[in-house]
Amino acid sequence: MRLQARKYLTLIIGLLASPALWAEWAVNMPKGVTDLSHSIYNLHMTIFWITVVIGIVVFGVMFWSVIFHRKSRGAKASEFHESTLVEIIWTTIPFVILIGMAIPATKTLIEVYDADNADIDIKITGHQWKWQYEYLGEDVSFFSNLSTPREQFTNQRPKNPNYLLEVDEPMVVPIGKKIRFLVTGADVIHSWWVPELAVKKDAIPGFINESWAKINQPGVYRGQCAELCGKNHGFMPIVVDARPMDEYLAWLDEKREEVEKVRELTQKDWTMDELMERGEQVYNKVCSACHQVNGQGLPPMFPALKGAPVAVKRDQIGRHIEILLYGIKGSAMQSFKEQLNEVDMAAVITYERNAWGNNTGEVITPKDILDYKNNDAYTGQYTQAEEGEQ
Amino acid sequence: MSDHAIDHEHHGPAKGLMRWVLTTNHKDIGSMYMWFSFAMFLLGGSMAMVIRAELFQPGLQIVKPEFFNQMTTMHGLIMVFGAVMPAFVGLANWMIPMMIGAPDMALPRMNNWSFWILPFAFTLLISTLFMEGGGPNFGWTFYAPLSTDYAPPSTTFFVLSIHMMGVSSIMGAINVIATILNLRAPGMTLMKMPLFVWTWLITAYLLIAVMPVLAGAVTMVLMDIHFGTSFFNAGGGGDPVLFQHVFWFFGHPEVYIMILPAFGIISAIIPTFSRKPLFGYTSMVYAVASIAFLSFIVWAHHMFTVGIPLVGEVFFMYATMLIAVPTGVKVFNWVATMFKGSLTFETPMLFSIAFVVLFTIGGFSGLMLSIAPADFQYHDTYFVVAHFHYVLVPGAIFAIFAGVYYWLPKWTGHMYDTALSKVHFWMSFIGMNLTFFPMHFVGLAGMPRRIPDYNLQFADFNMVASIGGFMFGATQLLFLFIVIKCVKGGPKAEASPWEGAHGLEWVVPSPAPYHTFTTPPEVK
Ligand code: HEC
Ligand SMILES: [Cu+2]
Repeated sequence: MRLQARKYLTLIIGLLASPALWAEWAVNMPKGVTDLSHSIYNLHMTIFWITVVIGIVVFGVMFWSVIFHRKSRGAKASEFHESTLVEIIWTTIPFVILIGMAIPATKTLIEVYDADNADIDIKITGHQWKWQYEYLGEDVSFFSNLSTPREQFTNQRPKNPNYLLEVDEPMVVPIGKKIRFLVTGADVIHSWWVPELAVKKDAIPGFINESWAKINQPGVYRGQCAELCGKNHGFMPIVVDARPMDEYLAWLDEKREEVEKVRELTQKDWTMDELMERGEQVYNKVCSACHQVNGQGLPPMFPALKGAPVAVKRDQIGRHIEILLYGIKGSAMQSFKEQLNEVDMAAVITYERNAWGNNTGEVITPKDILDYKNNDAYTGQYTQAEEGEQ
Repeated sequence: MSDHAIDHEHHGPAKGLMRWVLTTNHKDIGSMYMWFSFAMFLLGGSMAMVIRAELFQPGLQIVKPEFFNQMTTMHGLIMVFGAVMPAFVGLANWMIPMMIGAPDMALPRMNNWSFWILPFAFTLLISTLFMEGGGPNFGWTFYAPLSTDYAPPSTTFFVLSIHMMGVSSIMGAINVIATILNLRAPGMTLMKMPLFVWTWLITAYLLIAVMPVLAGAVTMVLMDIHFGTSFFNAGGGGDPVLFQHVFWFFGHPEVYIMILPAFGIISAIIPTFSRKPLFGYTSMVYAVASIAFLSFIVWAHHMFTVGIPLVGEVFFMYATMLIAVPTGVKVFNWVATMFKGSLTFETPMLFSIAFVVLFTIGGFSGLMLSIAPADFQYHDTYFVVAHFHYVLVPGAIFAIFAGVYYWLPKWTGHMYDTALSKVHFWMSFIGMNLTFFPMHFVGLAGMPRRIPDYNLQFADFNMVASIGGFMFGATQLLFLFIVIKCVKGGPKAEASPWEGAHGLEWVVPSPAPYHTFTTPPEVK
């Protein structure tokens, strides 16, 4: 019995002492990859050690009394109960220690607040439940959604190492440049937090908050929304992909080209097949989580689109576009105006109106969506697909 | 009927249910507050069990995220307003009149009323869980606009129940102040009052100052939802951050409301079991008063990341750090009281020693949180969850346990099962540390609070925390058993069952008669 116990004890102590184990059980704040994150880490550790020392002294005296001044050892109580001098001493000493902490803290704080002279400005908007990144002056803007497949959080498939910390499109930034983040919220308050950058800033509707980072090392840095923002608060991660300047510029060009392509695509004449193909992709990526791949939804929470009047009645095309552009207020059906460009929007509407037996044969083109945006009404020139094209 | 006889006998308690409905006796009302608080403690605790069960492993397995949010919200609201605050009011009702030599509370009819509002307020609050759209799901801090434009319909009932709790607290506070200022026995000068009385006096002023602010916050929420105002709606010219200022102007003093009476209890127990007078009585009083004062000028340390200007940030950082000074004085005084005493370790003392150690650890993490730049990393993570549970569980709740174990013989006339009570202590102590210590680590490593699911790197510590949580939760049923057993019977307790105890409450017999100090004692 005893031997067994000793064996387990050595095992446990051995495990506790092994750095490999602690590496897996992350126990401390990351040092991070910016000068500021290093200062903050140092502040954190300094204060931690100060409290450890105070703790050792205070608890030391306490346990000294617990061990040596116990009645069972025959300790007699003394009667002292007042000493102005002692009181003054132990009011002053903490005060001095606090001043010692306040000085470096204030210095770091001033640096954190100095967001001037940035090289790059990125506007970050928190939405329920995704992030939007706009590269100001670069004509690049996109949404960043959680990309962990549903089956992983419902435990139907094994979880990958970046479980819940992965997105479809990360924020790409260059290293060695001062990047200013302009943070705001579209609906409720969110908070943009990346521990490795030591940046946490609340995304508040109606306000624009500033923060900044100058990243020293290329790499992928992950974070999460830090302010309770509703049902999917735990499911709107942040991924920052820091790259050398030239790679960043290449990425930016690529993004701009995409935008240009979309612009061209909007003007292009679309065929039914093209729209259906694109629409299916958009639908499966963006809508199927609620309305399901087969269009049957999950009533009563998420209505079916298969056979739904808005999706099959000709006089409701306008309403259909409106729902996608502006959402249904007070429901989970949000506005997709920012997230889907005209092409994707037209494609997904066409798809809804022709998939799963909704055979309306109607084609909604990107131009129709543009028209709707400009006139706030569907002008009725839907294109009937030509015979045989289906 | 022998009513007549009872009447003659200096009216004892009435019989049956009506005794409790109509009572104006501070001891009856105190007991009702304690039982109510314990019921809420179990209810709020079972919600914590749901949270810990969901977080036992990564993945979504037991509850949906919507319901998870309702659980975190309700757990917070019930523990703060239903468990901790009423427990202290119950202790105040029982002990303050006996400690200052008063026959009862100054306003007994109002006392009855302020208790009886609570069961209705909480029934209303809990009923929201069964309403369409579910109960409050925006956190106990109910930040707008999540609690206004994006809130479930039941929010209206939530607002009403908060109003009721506020009314109850304010009436309770007025009663405490009126009692302490008017009903002290001759010779009981302010600076002779036991610290529990002092801390409650200051707490009562805090309550009167901030409960109306909370009422203002919920009223604005109500107006934004129903009456077309835009206090917190940026789209209508309002300001979502205003909500946070108003809420925390209430919220920060609120956390001291939950800890100052605890200081009072600990300051009664440590001298008793050290057999030595409290060290630095006067400085203790001043320390409590300074903490109360500072609590009004630190609220924005909960809001370091909302983007307040640099000067504001610096001001709130310094003010917050300052709180460490009077809090430190208190801890040093307790330790100095134990130093060179003649210590024994009965259950109230065990809880008190654990209080001093663990509350101090919570204070240390509080000091770390006060450093604004570091708070950017800590804010809204499990590090904060660890911090406030360290000051509330081994802080407020251990102090309540300590107080109950200290005064239970006085209330019931029986000694409780000391062996079992020590089991209760050790299980609570171990369970509590297993639950909350690992939260420091996952918080620092990057786990935000209020999430129903998490990345795999947080899995091990979360499992440990859940196991500790279940252990702590289950142990509290043992406490219920100990108390019931003690109420029913047990070895007879003397008037003063503790060797080193001083104070007026120990001169009356145990159990304390229905009416005490009908003629005031003389205090030298
Ligand atoms: C977060 C879940 C969610 C997502 C994602 C979502 N919807 Fe919806 N959708 C809803 C809900 C809920 C409703 C019903 C709202 C109501 O009527 O209160 C709805 C309603 C609709 C309607 C109106 C149905 C009717 O019968 O009135 C259409 C059309 C629609 N959605 C299309 C889409 C498309 C297209 C997408 C993808 C671009 C999409 N939705 C993505 C939840 C969602
Ligand atoms: Cu969010």
